[in-house]
Amino acid sequence: MSKVFIALQTNDDTRPIIESILSDNPHAVANESPAMVKIDAEGRMTIRRASIEALIGRDFDLQELHTNLISLSGHIDESDDEFSLYWND
Amino acid sequence: MTVAAIKEYTGRARDAVENFHGNQLLFIGWEDHLMFCAPFAFPFPPTMRFGDIVEKVLPGAYGYHPDWARIDWSKVAWIKSGVPWVPSFKHSLAENGLGHKDAIRFRTPGLAGIGGACS
Amino acid sequence: MDMQVPKKKLSLKERYTLMTRDLAWDTSYQPKEKVYPYAGYEGIKIHDWDKWEDPFRLTMDAYWKYQSEKERKLYAIIDAYSQSNGHLGVTDARYLNAIKLFLTGVTPLEYMAHRGFAHVGRQFPGAGARVACMMQAIDEMRHAQTQIHSLSNYNKYYNGFHDFPHMYDRVWYLSVPKSFFEDAMTAGPFEFVVSIGFSFEYVLTNLLFVPFVSGAAYNGDMGTMTFGFSAQSDEARHMTLGLECIKFILEQDPANLPIVQRWIDKWTWRGVRLLSIVAAMMDYMLPKRVMSWKEAWEIYFEENGGALFKDLARYGIRMPDCAAQIAKEKDHLSHQVWATFYNYGAATDFHTWLPDAEEMDWLAQKYPDTFDKYYRPRFEFWREQADKGNRFYNKTLPMLCQTCQIPTVFTEPDDPTKICYRETTYKGDKYHFCSDHCQHIFENEPEKYVQAWLPVNQIYQGNCFDDGVDPGAPGFDPLAAVLEHCRMVHGRDNLDFEGSEDQRNFEEWRGMSKRNA
Repeated sequence: MSKVFIALQTNDDTRPIIESILSDNPHAVANESPAMVKIDAEGRMTIRRASIEALIGRDFDLQELHTNLISLSGHIDESDDEFSLYWND
Repeated sequence: MTVAAIKEYTGRARDAVENFHGNQLLFIGWEDHLMFCAPFAFPFPPTMRFGDIVEKVLPGAYGYHPDWARIDWSKVAWIKSGVPWVPSFKHSLAENGLGHKDAIRFRTPGLAGIGGACS
Repeated sequence: MDMQVPKKKLSLKERYTLMTRDLAWDTSYQPKEKVYPYAGYEGIKIHDWDKWEDPFRLTMDAYWKYQSEKERKLYAIIDAYSQSNGHLGVTDARYLNAIKLFLTGVTPLEYMAHRGFAHVGRQFPGAGARVACMMQAIDEMRHAQTQIHSLSNYNKYYNGFHDFPHMYDRVWYLSVPKSFFEDAMTAGPFEFVVSIGFSFEYVLTNLLFVPFVSGAAYNGDMGTMTFGFSAQSDEARHMTLGLECIKFILEQDPANLPIVQRWIDKWTWRGVRLLSIVAAMMDYMLPKRVMSWKEAWEIYFEENGGALFKDLARYGIRMPDCAAQIAKEKDHLSHQVWATFYNYGAATDFHTWLPDAEEMDWLAQKYPDTFDKYYRPRFEFWREQADKGNRFYNKTLPMLCQTCQIPTVFTEPDDPTKICYRETTYKGDKYHFCSDHCQHIFENEPEKYVQAWLPVNQIYQGNCFDDGVDPGAPGFDPLAAVLEHCRMVHGRDNLDFEGSEDQRNFEEWRGMSKRNA
């Protein structure tokens, strides 16, 4: 199965996002490079609004991801509650 | 279809020989000597003697290479458009059948560049 | 106690529908074909534009909100960086030559992308596609602006940053990126969006913006890191647009498949040739390196692109036919390109140098099958000669590929000791190529590529000198005249980094930044 990935800048905004992705997607692996973190996952990766909100203690709009996003791969399915990356194979 | 276009369309060849003020382009490459990163492009009049290129022009372009001075010109193998070819040094480019934008190469047997690495 | 009644809020999907598609209208007093005259001639058949889906569902109001946040953040960092003399914190001044290449070779492409997307955003009959292209057009303008603003800080201190738009139109190697984008922009709207939106953005820009920009951060270049990542955050959206576009076109009509496949084949190859400059930047120009070009290639093209093409297989799309040759070239590309810049270092608007012993060991370790065997001897010979005061400057102009416009430096895919020669004859004239793929691209649309503005041939036609310069005058020096025409100052902007004004100034200023003068 192919891997999807999301790459985020390393900063205070993304720390809880990265933490929630890794806990919601136990098969995901974080790879750190200077100034960035690339998270790879086989097949599918889901980012959940509720998990991030639980960590940061405030409302979070998943579109806030745009501010610190570096890159991604896979098809996207975005709703108010979840942002998913996946391949169909 | 020679181009995707909304109507009949013809391009203008930007490198037509008329644009070179009486010269034509000749491309020359030295096989196995990649220190010179690519074949060279020269503008020459079609009346130029082929031997003059080898004797008067190429030393300025290739002379930096230690193999240049070691070339035995009687053994050099020439290639034109990918096939073996024998030039006549005393004849002109035109008499040698060299037209605008022809590409020729020469191989110098026994010389394989810096450290034998074709550099 | 007051009860808080949550306001009824539209869902993301509803908001997107209302704010994009529902803002569109159908033409009434002009036929659609006249309003969208370029939508049909490429042969792509679209039956229902309403099937277009924007996966990000970004509406204009949200777009402004997040983009303005990104801008505020970026300019705060840029200001802080320049106020604190951040340029003295980069690894060394040699590093900045990679950034000069970026400014002259990449930034103008952002502006070209802006123009291209603004154009196709007008030409697509579907509202969803028009909105996405319009946002991308604004993004691309933003990228050009933020890059120019960020790098203008270096222009205050270092040479070579002074006249990039002028150089873009004139300097020999910059005809490579320039012609790449002009090729895309003069294609129809569907080919443009497949070329730039899919092949370039999705398959290839990661290689530039992710590992290279991470490398900029590693070398202390906060300016480049900031605009790079800020731009790439938009690229994620662009990549998604590119992918959506391919899926949409393929789902609309089976007759679209061969056309799209041909474009993917063409533009993957055109993009790979363009990125050969980035290969050299990553392996040779960064003093501290995050990964080799080959490693980046394996992650972002082979793994990521491989997953993409596997996914698209259900539409009948296969891996581009150039993939086999690309796999062979990854061990050679950066070395051949850097050697080319070293050859013509008298005609570059940045400095060149030879890798030192430690760098050559790193290259040998990253390229165990090729570096020591094919490239080290060349570099060591040049080093030896340079140490004797006999630095190699190639003063004879090279043959160029008619399609990619790169000097024909690339070797046969199966023999790294032989230059790859390919030629064809069209309407009585010969044309030369660096590869089978560039030749096929030409042969498919010869009337387009016979018009290529090849710098070497233009110099020989006398078109690259300032007005009033007489190439027939006694003692005429063509190289000097070409440099002048490009607004490069000989001895200041070109030649070796070693001994350059940049090197001297940086050392002096860094010294002053550590202690009181």
